[in-house]
Amino acid sequence: MAGTIFALATAAGRAAVAVVRISGPDTLRTVEALAGRAPAPRMAALRKLRYGGVELDEALVLRFEGPASYTGEDSAEFHVHGGRAVVEALLSALSELGLRLAEPGEFTRRAFENGKLDLAQAEGVADLIDAETEAQRRQALGQVGGALSQRYDQWRDLLVQSLAMLEAAVDFPDEDLPEEVAERARPGLRVLAEELDAALADVSRGRRVRDGYRIALVGAPNAGKSTLLNGLVERDAAIVTDTPGTTRDVIEVPLVLGGYRVLIADTAGLRETEDAIEAEGVRRARRWAEEADLRLWVVDGFHVKQLEALEATVRPGDWLVLNKADIADAVVLAEAEVRWAERGLSVFRLSARSETAVADLRACLADHVSDVLSGSEFPAATRLRHAERLGEARSYLARALSEVGLEVELAAEDVRLAARALEKITGRVDPEDVLGRVFSTFCIGK
Amino acid sequence: MSKSWDVIVIGGGHAGCEAAAASARTGARTLLLTHKLETIGEMSCNPAIGGLGKGHLVREIDALDGVMGRMADKAGIQFRMLNRSKGPAVRGPRSQIDRKLYREAMQAELFSTGNLDIIAAAAEDLIVEDGPNGKPRVAGAVDGEGRSYSAPRVILTTGTFLKGVIHRGEERIPAGRVGDQPAIGLSDRLYGLGFQMGRLKTGTPARLDGRTIAWDRLDSQAADDQPVPFSYLTDKIDVPQIACGVTFTTEETHRIIAERIGESLVYSGRATGVGPRYCPSIEDKVVRFADKTSHQIFLEPEGLDDPTVYPNGISTSVSEETQLLFLRTIPGLENVEVLRYGYAIEYDYVDPRELFATLETKRLPGLYLAGQINGTTGYEEAGAQGLIAGLNAALAEQGREPAVFARDEAYIGVMIDDLVTRGVTEPYRMFTSRAEFRLTLRADNADQRLTDRGIALGVVGEGRAKAWAEKKTRLNAARTFARSVSLTPNEAVKAGFKVNSDGVRRDVFAMLAYPDVTLDDLGRIWPEVFTWNTDVREQIEIEAAYAGYLDRQRADAESLRKDEDLRLPADMDYADIGSLSNEVREKLARVRPLTLGQAARIEGVTPGALTALLAHVRRTRAA
Repeated sequence: MAGTIFALATAAGRAAVAVVRISGPDTLRTVEALAGRAPAPRMAALRKLRYGGVELDEALVLRFEGPASYTGEDSAEFHVHGGRAVVEALLSALSELGLRLAEPGEFTRRAFENGKLDLAQAEGVADLIDAETEAQRRQALGQVGGALSQRYDQWRDLLVQSLAMLEAAVDFPDEDLPEEVAERARPGLRVLAEELDAALADVSRGRRVRDGYRIALVGAPNAGKSTLLNGLVERDAAIVTDTPGTTRDVIEVPLVLGGYRVLIADTAGLRETEDAIEAEGVRRARRWAEEADLRLWVVDGFHVKQLEALEATVRPGDWLVLNKADIADAVVLAEAEVRWAERGLSVFRLSARSETAVADLRACLADHVSDVLSGSEFPAATRLRHAERLGEARSYLARALSEVGLEVELAAEDVRLAARALEKITGRVDPEDVLGRVFSTFCIGK
Repeated sequence: MSKSWDVIVIGGGHAGCEAAAASARTGARTLLLTHKLETIGEMSCNPAIGGLGKGHLVREIDALDGVMGRMADKAGIQFRMLNRSKGPAVRGPRSQIDRKLYREAMQAELFSTGNLDIIAAAAEDLIVEDGPNGKPRVAGAVDGEGRSYSAPRVILTTGTFLKGVIHRGEERIPAGRVGDQPAIGLSDRLYGLGFQMGRLKTGTPARLDGRTIAWDRLDSQAADDQPVPFSYLTDKIDVPQIACGVTFTTEETHRIIAERIGESLVYSGRATGVGPRYCPSIEDKVVRFADKTSHQIFLEPEGLDDPTVYPNGISTSVSEETQLLFLRTIPGLENVEVLRYGYAIEYDYVDPRELFATLETKRLPGLYLAGQINGTTGYEEAGAQGLIAGLNAALAEQGREPAVFARDEAYIGVMIDDLVTRGVTEPYRMFTSRAEFRLTLRADNADQRLTDRGIALGVVGEGRAKAWAEKKTRLNAARTFARSVSLTPNEAVKAGFKVNSDGVRRDVFAMLAYPDVTLDDLGRIWPEVFTWNTDVREQIEIEAAYAGYLDRQRADAESLRKDEDLRLPADMDYADIGSLSNEVREKLARVRPLTLGQAARIEGVTPGALTALLAHVRRTRAA
């Protein structure tokens, strides 16, 4: 397999330093894209790694020119600080630059193919590949216990089941089968398509780690969003006045929470306005809030009803801060808390001016961010490795769904292609499995 | 008649007929040794040829100039194209066959085949000699009278004769088929050679006297109005076409069977063989699908002037008394008389992983196995293997390279690769879902896929070569024309087609990709289209309809080819290769894959093991 490959060369997890290796024809281009000027071959140099306008880390960069390298190809190493966020950001940047995550043992295999290993070493490659394959499989499944492997089993079952219905229609036309048996493939294909959509959404997590997790402070004018922002970032980022509508644009402030990069934004207070500039600010605020990973509604404790006016834009999973809790009516606040908690919001009662209260909120946010970014349902390596395959499978399924009732053999072909794209995740779907399902479901036997 | 030949084929069933004919066509002096001349080409089970996957195999046999398709065209009495309403890749030609017409046609064909001697004698043993390397190899066969027939290549196509036992109620009859004795000596020889064996079972229904069936009260299934022949060489079917009756079992039928279930082979607990899941006995259907109160039965006449009727769907091994009892609960069969009762048969088969893809055994050089002995079922599967064995035996005798067909070339290739790489767990039958290149491997294009290769191999005779050359010329001319003309979006719209005005010129294929555009429509603009024959028109339409998918399959086939082209030596010593686990080593030693691709398809062979194989081959080549 050709192309330029990358992999984390050091053990996954927390460490002082992590080494990411790349090898292949695009090595130089990749180093230049990330580090600017490439260091001379075989010379270590300290470089700032940047991608998409974001600084990833300061790293030690080492470059080798083929054939004088381990693999015999152009290759490079990035020694970065070992935090999960940094490593993940770098890996996802490499993936977006068009590199491919290495298959198990692929660096060594390339070395062997380029004549860099002697015979004894070459024979060791087989063991290495199998060991790494097994490790990778365990890593992919192990991270969240049995839940993930159950999920993959379910995908496989949906593939087998759908194919069985389609193949029954194709291979047994003279049998006493239910009418429109191919149509029975449809529900399973739909469920699988939805599953893949969810997994694909998860793929974007890598980018969120790198670009920053986006938290939007939203709410009516003068609810105290800017005060809260300043408290959260511990400096005066936003201008605070008593005049409603002071914040007229989106103010993005980067900070680090739970070891992850976070962008927190103070947005213009949401209200109808005649002022053209403020109206534009409101529009931008809405868009930023719409795309944010987390929306944090801020409501003045004296005006809890304000949130009801915005009800249509409040979503389950949003957070709600009832501000001025130290001075507002405790009963009213308690009622509001119950009401909004029932709608799936996490509710906090605090005063944005209280340092300890804001520190508590900051700690909650930090926990939340690291939960979301590290506790992915799909482990980082699996996600990167399979993103393309998931996308491919998804588009085959879309086509299959459009063909089920019309051209059953094309629908079957597309499901088969989807199964093959997912093979490394779900395991191979063999014709025997499909036939087995046909024979156990229907009484075949003219 | 000489006493020595290049190739001896033992057995005159469907594998034997194709093997003998293919070997002779390829230029080997061939002997067909069969115990009775009058049962050559006998259809011992259901009177039908073709179907999904099976019909594809018949077309492939025909494209390689085999005999089955042409004989079936002379004997077919109810031609039906299955899946006619579905896409061309999954249409399967099928026909009910007049057993006598088929047998007669096959015998006439073989008796007039050049290079082929046919002798009626029961082969009793193989002649085994030490080869030039000191290892034993086959050298001929001996018959029951002690006469010997020598040849360096022998093809065994002996069906279910290995420890065959017929079961019907309490009856146990050792036999290959009802009325035929199993060949004891030959089977002793095979067991003595140490082949891995397995045991399978299959069954057959009672044969009914059609004169005692109330046909007028039954539904029927007619033949197609325009029968489509199996063979590319047949223009038109002349045999009169008949209809089959359709009836069904009743709750009373099921009650009788359930009450007497202990009489059946499987439910008596005496079965030792594994039966096919796709062809369960009526006992199995009643037990396993207890919620179904009725099962469909096709009443298939066995010939135009033969009263025998094959009731398809109710194979059974219960006693004769019970068979008659349950048959008479079926609508239309209230007064039926039975000509021969149904039975189950158990038999040993040779694990096909004992074979190379040429169907030569690894254990005894020169010996080839084809057909049911390899764990398959069906005339078509048997015939296709016979052709491959016959062809390869002849090629080997001529010192030429073996002929192996890949999974992207032919259903024959899919079947043999499945057999020799994975073995079987039940009687192996072809289904289109086994073919990962299904859209490419169609019944309509077997000649395009295989005939040129067959000509190069020397297995295709002159007549067919000429007919194919003529068709190929017409086809290529049509394709060239279809690509050479095109319409601008403006011209297309003016001609009444709805296309986007995107500035792209569209040729015939691109226009046909629109679901509502037909070749007839395009003929209004390009009258040349009307000069094309039906077969050519059909191909152009299919290629247009499947275009994107076929491109994708071609690309997949090419990547498959890379591993398929990497040949592994047949005599590889797996013990020599470091870092293979014992388990993988055993698996490889059992199958002895001939290509890296085949090795990869063996269950349990890891990516690491493949790398080690590759490293080893490179090192050996370099040394």
